[in-house]
Amino acid sequence: MSEAKIQRPLSPHLQVYKLPLTALMSISHRVTGMGLIMGTFLVTAFLVAAASGEAQYDYVMGLATSLPGKIVLFLWSAGLYFHMCNGVRHMFWDIGKNFKKADANRSNYYVLIGAFTLTVLTWVTVCGRLAG
Amino acid sequence: MSGHKNNEFVAPLKIAKGHGSAHEGAEHWLQQKITALAQIPLVLWLIYSIIGLQGASYAEFTAWMGQPVNAILMIILISSVMLHAKLGAQVVVEDYISTEWFKMAKLIGMKIFFFGLAVACIFSVLKIAFTAGI
Repeated sequence: MSEAKIQRPLSPHLQVYKLPLTALMSISHRVTGMGLIMGTFLVTAFLVAAASGEAQYDYVMGLATSLPGKIVLFLWSAGLYFHMCNGVRHMFWDIGKNFKKADANRSNYYVLIGAFTLTVLTWVTVCGRLAG
Repeated sequence: MSGHKNNEFVAPLKIAKGHGSAHEGAEHWLQQKITALAQIPLVLWLIYSIIGLQGASYAEFTAWMGQPVNAILMIILISSVMLHAKLGAQVVVEDYISTEWFKMAKLIGMKIFFFGLAVACIFSVLKIAFTAGI
């Protein structure tokens, strides 16, 4: 019985389909969520360092403002804004709105535009503050 | 729902408890949503604060954290984020890990881990806030 189960051919799965944008957004929500969990490690490391004293604070601040640190912060902010905007879309789904295929397709772009705008706005503000 | 018509006084246990195939009720979903909603303003506040604090000296940073409003919002945000992260990671583990003992070990380890992160963050915030300017 179990041998027959093993012999059974598998039906084609994810690898044979071109994922529609909604599916890509869905898995991206998970991926950014996992990435943001990595972010909680960094927040913890930063706070514990800052609580340990000035030398440790200066050290992590140096890491955060280095080029690799800035790249991490940029990706972090972009992932965060994506997860936030897509999370808002999930809330609309939770109250039963935006379920039609056309609506779901359109809201892909609302989420992407929202995340993009917030990321740009944040980093323009950062650069503006650095310059000013 | 018509199936319940004949015995509407005898609700199946899973309906009475609100349990479906996930073996638990709506609590997980509700907590995920409440923390998500709370985090929208809190995270925007934190990012705005971080932008204001960029390049801040240790004294400036601790003075900021020493403001009750900032320390309190940080602790609320951390608590919310760690719970949200735990719930999210739990779903991923449940979805992708099928070996029962390994799944259980991961789920239990994860809970302890995020609890530990929350304790570390909250203690640090409190220590900075209480010792700022001393």
